[in-house]
Amino acid sequence: MDRSLTAVQLKGITKRFPGLVANDSINFELKKGEIHALLGENGAGKSTLMNILFGLYQPDEGEIWINGQQTVIDGASRAIELGIGMVHQHFKLVQPFTVAENIVLGNEPVKGLKIDYKLANEKVRSISERYGLKVDPQARIKDITVGMQQRVEILKTLYRGAEIVIFDEPTAVLTVQEIEELIEIIRNLAAEGKSIIIITHKLKEVMALADSVTVIRRGKVIKTVTTDETNEQQLAELMVGRDVSFEVKKTKREPGEVVLSVDSLQMKGEQGKNALNGVSFNIRSGEILGIAGVDGNGQSELIYAITGMKKVDSGSVKLNGRDLTNHSPRDVSIAGVGHIPEDRHKHGLVLDFSLSENMILNTYFEPEFGRSLFIDYKAMDMLSDKLVTEFDVRSSGIQTHARALSGGNQQKAIIARELNKDPDLLIAVQPTRGLDIGAIEYVHKRLVQARNEGKAILLVSFELDELYALSDRIGVMYEGKLMGEVDAEQRDDQQLGLMMAGNKQAAEGRG
Amino acid sequence: MDTVKKIFNKSSILVPLVAIVLGLIVGAIAMLAGGYNPILAYTSLLDKLFSTPYNVGEAIRAITPLIFTGLAVSFAFRTGLFNIGVEGQFVMGMTGATIIGVLLDLPWYIHAPLAVITGAVFGGLWASIAGYLKAKRGVNEVISSIMLNWIALFLSNFIVAKFLVEKGQQKSMPIHDSAMVKIDWLIKLMDNARMHWGTLIAIVCVIVFYIVLWRTKQGYELRAVGHNPDAALYAGMNVNVTMVKSMFISGVFAGLGGVFEILGVFGNQTVMASSPGYGFDGIAVALLGGNTPIGVLLGAALFGGLSYGSAGMSFGAGVPPEVVRIVIGAVIFFVASHGLVKWFLKPFLNKRASKRKEAA
Repeated sequence: MDRSLTAVQLKGITKRFPGLVANDSINFELKKGEIHALLGENGAGKSTLMNILFGLYQPDEGEIWINGQQTVIDGASRAIELGIGMVHQHFKLVQPFTVAENIVLGNEPVKGLKIDYKLANEKVRSISERYGLKVDPQARIKDITVGMQQRVEILKTLYRGAEIVIFDEPTAVLTVQEIEELIEIIRNLAAEGKSIIIITHKLKEVMALADSVTVIRRGKVIKTVTTDETNEQQLAELMVGRDVSFEVKKTKREPGEVVLSVDSLQMKGEQGKNALNGVSFNIRSGEILGIAGVDGNGQSELIYAITGMKKVDSGSVKLNGRDLTNHSPRDVSIAGVGHIPEDRHKHGLVLDFSLSENMILNTYFEPEFGRSLFIDYKAMDMLSDKLVTEFDVRSSGIQTHARALSGGNQQKAIIARELNKDPDLLIAVQPTRGLDIGAIEYVHKRLVQARNEGKAILLVSFELDELYALSDRIGVMYEGKLMGEVDAEQRDDQQLGLMMAGNKQAAEGRG
Repeated sequence: MDTVKKIFNKSSILVPLVAIVLGLIVGAIAMLAGGYNPILAYTSLLDKLFSTPYNVGEAIRAITPLIFTGLAVSFAFRTGLFNIGVEGQFVMGMTGATIIGVLLDLPWYIHAPLAVITGAVFGGLWASIAGYLKAKRGVNEVISSIMLNWIALFLSNFIVAKFLVEKGQQKSMPIHDSAMVKIDWLIKLMDNARMHWGTLIAIVCVIVFYIVLWRTKQGYELRAVGHNPDAALYAGMNVNVTMVKSMFISGVFAGLGGVFEILGVFGNQTVMASSPGYGFDGIAVALLGGNTPIGVLLGAALFGGLSYGSAGMSFGAGVPPEVVRIVIGAVIFFVASHGLVKWFLKPFLNKRASKRKEAA
């Protein structure tokens, strides 16, 4: 194909929101048949730019050229007309509908007054085959994997005749194997002449997949380079604007006494199936146990069981030898368990409380905050001042509502609160989800520091890099069971991936 | 000082004020459409409110129960519960006070407090039923408390008619004097307006409301549950118990409102054809007051003042009380639609902001 042709050209795009310039005269060029990554931290302005291209926002200044013609894109339907498709991070699918029904939705082939399902199925099948997507048009969305659902989203854009496909953080929800397959699919699309834009903050994927990359920081284009002439380190520095260390400094350390001991936990799930199906493991002091696994294989239930949020049907949880099975969350917390929950907005913070009030969310009843019925707000503010300084939580003051803090600072506040309890066991679930590189570095540093101070840490994460960097051991969960453990020092993505997919041989092969 | 600022920040005071003005304008239009003179009507409303000590006293009497029910709705709301059953809890409070006031004969320093406390506890327990059902069985408190309103009304009527009735009347025997909480010297001072200690208790409750929610550990819990029950659960709070507690306290406020209507104003309880409506007005008061204690006090004053003054409008300008209800309705409508008022204010505020920018 002719790579000299330009599919998309954005000239001097500026978009202002009250109090913030999201895009500051951005120039961006996507060539035909090219895979172009748009790299930047959260809030850098990537999504704004793509929403402008997809017609969801109007730029305040600048021009959009599609296939060499200047255009105004005043809505998603105009974007689709122009052959632009977008695969959103959060899929927009109707769960009980079939694949084909979802794809033709809004653009159904009709026979008289009826939808021609046969034709719909055929059309979907033929597109699917052409790009090697291997999707069954008659399967229902709720029965297929997340990876497959994403392919349905891709098919949807292709069915509508997209020539330019935008992927928004496409790998966030996928397993290792699924990511590899997705990379293959995207390459196929490009080979067929489609032009691809990928919004991401993951450097490794950029290097593996993209032809060129445009780095955005604080609404400005920092640089556009081809992937041949750059490397991960350089990209990271462009993205963050300073030196970045990926290495988490972690010295070898002999683990101490067993802190947490979990024995054959069983818990009923929502559909009568066992969400936990006999999970057993120990964590010693000064040790990080990472839990790998595809989302929904019992990780959440495991955390619920340990923290007392949900009752288990059988099995036991012991902390320092003391039985905590089915104790209340407060008992568990007092016994010495800190918890950094996965969803910090829903579970970690009361967003309409001040930062200071959030700092005592699970210790407010302690005598240090008043011995009587009344809360000693002075003691609370003093503690908050101390923690905010120590953990570098940036805000416009401790009386600011937690809602007004950035994600990274909210997470720092939670970590400060949980570590201040001086727990023996710290549970961290997806502790860096949605954070930018600077904050990730900080969170990792703190977790390793806590480990070095002799705390036992249970880390649940979907980011393999994170698991490898932090864990001493990695356990893989599949369908409510631990498939096995791998040594974090011998990195083997392939095997870990197979175990996450439930492959028994891979687990046994490890021995 | 900070708390004062918190209560009186610019938009929290400006929006209700503008809403009230807009409401009065809509009311004026309604009166003009009906052929009445709005200026005369509004002046006679003010005249009715402030002309004589009797009228001032009676206006305060009308405002008092609204403070209680407004606090009741607000308190539950702060914990994330919509207590629409304040009406029923109010009626139960009346009944509790009547039972003690009629059946027992005690020295005043025991009788009156006992009657007050019994009524308050009746209200609290009645509300706790809805709280318990919500906590244990997930029953929506709006539905259950509406139903409990009806049960309260007819249960009260039954108790009055069966056990407390004055022969040949549709009302209870009179409350013993030892249980009454009228303030005789003030009544004389206000030309026989029905003044009672309940008004003072209402003011105390405004303060208690603030202290409980913003100064105690219990209040911290209540607010945490109200803002984010999931996070409260993660932090080890017992969300279910907290909900029941919140409903109980809310019901105590409501019950006290009913208590003082009996012990302070009427001195007996009638067999009611329909419930008195203070509870429902309390929802409007809570809304007017933005669920803050001071706001409730002001909202109750406005709401009660308008209701009481409406008699003046009919008398002085011939405006039917229905139109007064239109005015009140319009005020609530504009307060409820914050967005609408802010939208109305936007051009003014923007102009001011840009002027400030130019100046700088």
